[in-house]
Amino acid sequence: MSPAFPSWGRWPNAAQRVLRLSNRFAPLPSFEGHALPRGNGRSYGDVCLDDGGTLLDARGLDRFIAFDQETGVLRCEAGVLLDSILELCVPRGWFLPVVPGTRFVTIGGAIANDVHGKNHHAVGSFGRYVRCFELLRSDGTRRICSPQENADWFTATVGGLGLTGLTTWAELQLRRVPGAWFDTETRRFDRLDDFFELSAHSERDFEYTVAWVDCTARGNALGRGVFSRGNHCDAPSSAKSRRERGLRTPVTPPFSLVNGLTLHAFNWQHFHRAPKALQRSPQHYRPWLFPLDGILDWNRMYGPRGFLQYQCVLPPPAARDGVRELLDRIAASGTGSFLAVLKQFGAIRSPGLLSFPRPGTTLALDFANRGPTTFELLDRLDEVVAAAGGAVYPAKDARMSGERFRDYFPTWRQFSEFIDPAFSSGFWRRVMQ
Amino acid sequence: MNGPRILIIGATSAIAESVARLYAARGASLYLLARDRDRGEAIARDLVVRGAEATRSGVLEASDFTAHAATLDAAWSAFGGFDVVLIAHGTLPDQSRCDADADYALREFAVNGTSTVALATRIAQKLDAQGSGTLAAISSVAGDRGRASNYLYGSAKAAVSTYLSGLRQRLNARGVNVLTIKPGFVDTPMTAAFKKGPLWAKPEQIARGIVHAIDKRRSVVYLPWFWRGIMAVIGGIPEFVFRRIEL
Repeated sequence: MSPAFPSWGRWPNAAQRVLRLSNRFAPLPSFEGHALPRGNGRSYGDVCLDDGGTLLDARGLDRFIAFDQETGVLRCEAGVLLDSILELCVPRGWFLPVVPGTRFVTIGGAIANDVHGKNHHAVGSFGRYVRCFELLRSDGTRRICSPQENADWFTATVGGLGLTGLTTWAELQLRRVPGAWFDTETRRFDRLDDFFELSAHSERDFEYTVAWVDCTARGNALGRGVFSRGNHCDAPSSAKSRRERGLRTPVTPPFSLVNGLTLHAFNWQHFHRAPKALQRSPQHYRPWLFPLDGILDWNRMYGPRGFLQYQCVLPPPAARDGVRELLDRIAASGTGSFLAVLKQFGAIRSPGLLSFPRPGTTLALDFANRGPTTFELLDRLDEVVAAAGGAVYPAKDARMSGERFRDYFPTWRQFSEFIDPAFSSGFWRRVMQ
Repeated sequence: MNGPRILIIGATSAIAESVARLYAARGASLYLLARDRDRGEAIARDLVVRGAEATRSGVLEASDFTAHAATLDAAWSAFGGFDVVLIAHGTLPDQSRCDADADYALREFAVNGTSTVALATRIAQKLDAQGSGTLAAISSVAGDRGRASNYLYGSAKAAVSTYLSGLRQRLNARGVNVLTIKPGFVDTPMTAAFKKGPLWAKPEQIARGIVHAIDKRRSVVYLPWFWRGIMAVIGGIPEFVFRRIEL
């Protein structure tokens, strides 16, 4: 048993054996007890952990299978990173239709968590662009799953947290882009209502919208932040060739660098540095879509106890008041993160039985793990989310109760019939309690 | 074919696959030989997507010496010659089983030593006739000095290193370069069972070193570079001391 292979939040700890996969034609390796497929380990909580079991490390399944440059259909093994796909397809005029906030996730992970991006209101979640995949079960059976063929297995596996079997390869539909750049506009906003107004006005003409929110602001300033929107564009004439910063958090500091002092200072400065009126600028896709990927191992700055990420979605009727209540409770706690994100999801249906994205407003932020006070705060946030009829994102969760999970995802019972009998995860055992 | 033509033997090994990806990105044409047909073909398809001009894959069991000549002839006639040939196949024998079972030891010696000599001999004839190209073969730092923990593997690699040294001299005037590659600890499926420390390198890192050494027409390359120093120290230990230490 090795303590290696932590999740991105570095909490909780799990002791697990690791078996590497590198041949998609091979049967699953033999293991005792339960196992869980593992991609690049960027899930925050315990959906990518299997304490006391075996992780099937799929990063060695990293071969492309076919890429049709006319139609943008790409087939590759499930351990290929989104980063590798972008490196391959952007110079050829294609882009992934949906990317999360990091490009260092595998295709298998993106499917298993049915990830979403800043363009959710325009295009929906990742699973909508999965044309088909192969699902290998522990009994040795292989199924090709698509919205047409084995559709029940398809909907269970998209967003299925890796529990339905191992995805060996998948086929994606890419989308055309004029270049590697974005035409972006940014401005700050002084209150939460302005966020909703800016979002509503931007949705038609901008494919990508997102807001950073100052999670320390209270009173009249509650919900103030910086709104960004953008569209794909060709390389602008003024574009300077960017040097990759390649910053790194080289060691885990003995305590969290995110504390009351740094939190207020950073948030205040970030808000006041942003332009008051809309400012237009061309940005390369890497810093615009993946700002945190510029700082390698940034998760270490929370110190040895790690952190908890919290992402929820609140449906439209309750969203405004609900988000206000959440921000109020967070600001009152004096905790939170440098990067709190607010975004309006669109109405496009997510394909998976357990998919998280649904119409409404989503809020995401980290909390340094300070023990019971942090967990109590998150429980209080859950009260707001549950009362609003919302949901919490499993890919980022390490602590919601089973009761809450079953309330957020009422299709869990239907889903559980598709779980591979030899597969399990720390997350699943926790929420089934 | 416009780009370089590359032949890789043992193409499913992690280091070989990483080398192949670097050449594919340059628009090379690659001919892959591997024991496992499906995996060889899967890699060939991957390389096409990554930019290879053309790929072919074939089956070769390195210890089946009788098949070598025909397999190499087929590769040469398919591509009309090669600019680079990389011999990368190998296994990691269980030393204690070698100590107990001479037949097993000889089979492993054949895979890691004799088969490379057989292949290199035939490939050298073809490159000699071409009057150009590079033959690169993966030996090991383990071949520099026999150690109790893996001396069967080490002695097979020592045979490879010494053979290549002589071959390099012979072909030097013919415009053919012979490169001996000596990797240290590499984190691959072959070494999955080992506990990894700071000396361990990733196959991608080794692959960049191999391609660079081929480009520069080097003779012998230690990868990563610091292994040259480590092996100089290990090589300098007098035998009366060396016999007493555990390594």
